[in-house]
Amino acid sequence: MEILSLLGQGFATSLMPLNIGIVIVGVTLGLFIGAMPGLGSVNGVAIVLPLTFIVPPASAIIFLAALYYGAMYGGAISSILLGIPGSSTAVATTFDGRPMAQQGKAGLALIAAAGASFVGGTISVILFTLFAAPLADLALKFGPAENFALVLLAFTTFVGLGGDDTLKTIVMICLGLVLSTVGLDLITGQPRMVFFDMPGFYAGISFLVLAIGVYGIGEVLWTLEKSRVAPTVTTAKVTYSELRSAFRTLARTWKTMSVGSVLGFFVGMLPAAGATPASLMAYGIAKSTSKDPDSFGKGNIEGVVAPETANNAASTGSLLPMLSLGIPGSPTTALLLGGMVMWGLTPGPMLFAEQADFVWGLISSLYTANLAAVLINLALIPLFVWALKTPFSVLCTVVLVLCIVGGFAPDQRMHDVWLIFVFGIVGYLLRKADYPMAPLVLALVLGPVMEQSFRQALIAAQGDVTTFVTRPLSGTFVALAAVFFLLPLLSKLRKARQVTAS
Amino acid sequence: MEKNLTRRSVFGLAAAASLALAVPAQASDWQPNRPVEMVIMAGQGGGADRLARLFQSIIQQERLARMPFMPVNKGGGSGAEGLRYLKDNHGNPTIIMATLNSYFTTPIQTDLGVDIEEFTPLARMAVDTFALWVNADSGIETLDQYIEAVKAADGAWRMGGTGSGQEDSLVTALLEREFGIRHTYVPMGGGGEVATQLAGGHIDSTVNNPSEAISLWQAGRVRPIALLTPERLESMPGVPTFAELGTPLEYYMQRSFVAPGGLTEEQQTYYIDLLRALSETEVWRNYAAEQALMTDFIYGDELQAYFLSEREMHRELLASIE
Repeated sequence: MEILSLLGQGFATSLMPLNIGIVIVGVTLGLFIGAMPGLGSVNGVAIVLPLTFIVPPASAIIFLAALYYGAMYGGAISSILLGIPGSSTAVATTFDGRPMAQQGKAGLALIAAAGASFVGGTISVILFTLFAAPLADLALKFGPAENFALVLLAFTTFVGLGGDDTLKTIVMICLGLVLSTVGLDLITGQPRMVFFDMPGFYAGISFLVLAIGVYGIGEVLWTLEKSRVAPTVTTAKVTYSELRSAFRTLARTWKTMSVGSVLGFFVGMLPAAGATPASLMAYGIAKSTSKDPDSFGKGNIEGVVAPETANNAASTGSLLPMLSLGIPGSPTTALLLGGMVMWGLTPGPMLFAEQADFVWGLISSLYTANLAAVLINLALIPLFVWALKTPFSVLCTVVLVLCIVGGFAPDQRMHDVWLIFVFGIVGYLLRKADYPMAPLVLALVLGPVMEQSFRQALIAAQGDVTTFVTRPLSGTFVALAAVFFLLPLLSKLRKARQVTAS
Repeated sequence: MEKNLTRRSVFGLAAAASLALAVPAQASDWQPNRPVEMVIMAGQGGGADRLARLFQSIIQQERLARMPFMPVNKGGGSGAEGLRYLKDNHGNPTIIMATLNSYFTTPIQTDLGVDIEEFTPLARMAVDTFALWVNADSGIETLDQYIEAVKAADGAWRMGGTGSGQEDSLVTALLEREFGIRHTYVPMGGGGEVATQLAGGHIDSTVNNPSEAISLWQAGRVRPIALLTPERLESMPGVPTFAELGTPLEYYMQRSFVAPGGLTEEQQTYYIDLLRALSETEVWRNYAAEQALMTDFIYGDELQAYFLSEREMHRELLASIE
């Protein structure tokens, strides 16, 4: 009951006309920043942070949170329409979102993404409201061994998949892991794999650069070859009845959405993980628990729903350790944290007691931001779909330009732009040879976390490997990973037996 | 037409007025004629980044400069990227860089062809302090208990910190040299992550900056043992310094600004005056006090001398680790 009255007071803050206006502006701005390839919530928050000093702290954080949410929604837009991930958190959305758009179901995919984001956001905010304090303690239980076990679990959901060629999947994971070791090694401080002694490699290979190259450039080359003429994109008119049937389709994916929301929330809470691994893990789990895993990657709506619920839920999750412990769960929350310190607030356990107005104003604004984001997004869908009518000869130059800008924008290095072209061409060739791209991308995201946490855990345990199975949380994850790895093999065996029996 | 004219002249007046307001009296005649790039030699969200963005907003809010200051992160390779960028932009007066201790250590450890002596020193805004922390459940309250516990663990005591060769590992090396103890050093990500791992009991001690761990201390999860400063800090009055306990150990994280080499004296003076004005603002004073930063303002030649002596100190420290 106490929570409800606090939340009520929070709504009194967040429903002030100024703050409603701020939410709408923030969400819209975030939507466009998220939709721009290369620009994600980190860049958006960094750009507007210095401007927030003109309003009171509660309004400032509401603005930034709205922008953060809007960017999470917006990432899906270019992933679906153009096949270029709008931000790193939306890479998994391209896997099935892009094929859906090519099949003329862009409207449905966008509605599904918006609806799923709303569900993910809402479920996670409810979890946040109810269990903020005990959950913060859970985040503390994650040490290096637990982080490693969690990443291992994420990998097995991808390796154990039935549909793709398992050997090729493993080859791509290995390639991704090799790429993830480029740059300065954190543990020893030594440079590794700095090709041709180019200074650009010291910073490592950015995951977004690989994703934009493989998906953006690769997609253009692929489409150019496949269809000399423009691909037939039957533009969906977004009518009321269509919206209703889209929501009915969406409602059938409730299982995927619930898993994505809860998983996203928890993974987002962990400083070592975040929204990008959360969305990839949700995709992997949706695929490996599906009755029809082969349809993933070919335009299955669940492949859009899973990552979109997870990345929004994760963005809420990462706010939790920031507010309750003063620990950022992601680069974006680190910036928010910096903002709070500048406004004279000290994040941490005392914040909930001393600045209740601020905390609950923020929490309630997450509800309003979520609602505003889904409404604004749905209203804009016809515009986005209409943009797809552009002839491909024009569209592909736009995509190329966006890829270059998106690769350059985050770190302002030409080095990254050249890498995008290299990855685009190599990715295209690998795709012609039927190698799956998703495991490559996954390995580059999770590789650094996996390697570092593995070595940290071993250093801390004086080289004792049993540390991964004797600790309760990490032991559970390792066991689950084993199950996920064996499950598809077992079902394959069973199928084979059925075939021989009949 | 008349209306139009009036509007135009009003606009002109307003612009003139705002210009007059925007540019405080300055000793230097030179002014940047385009936006100034504020390079940060670390990634987004870290301590250096937060500080640079705070400076940007103060400059904007207090109208300290006519041209905007734009933060750009070039943190790749422990700041190697930023250092190279500064070298490649020799003589460019519209770039300044926010530095931290990797300004000394990175060129020593990685062969970049960069000599920091060639850069133009501007001003040191602050130095951040370090403290020794343990988990609150460890039962350790004094330095003697700490040393005893580390010795009893016989090398298995887990000290967490930032990457190898970075500040935390250097402070750990200082402790080991001074007290004849051995830790198992576990390199982790940023300072915030290190503090969390200590609160969760995954490591046994850290040498976090106070700002990174104060909130966890208030929550009763971690405990400071001693400070690596000459005197006690206002924000942590009950915590002794190593000097008080008989071992004068000191180490700081410096927060300074430098510019590419080859700047004229006027250009250098412009930035020093700007940074001095910044260091006198109330927003900055409050922030520094809250974050337990020490704010002795040094600039120009004095700063360069400080840089060179710090570089020597780091060279020796790094050599003693290897």
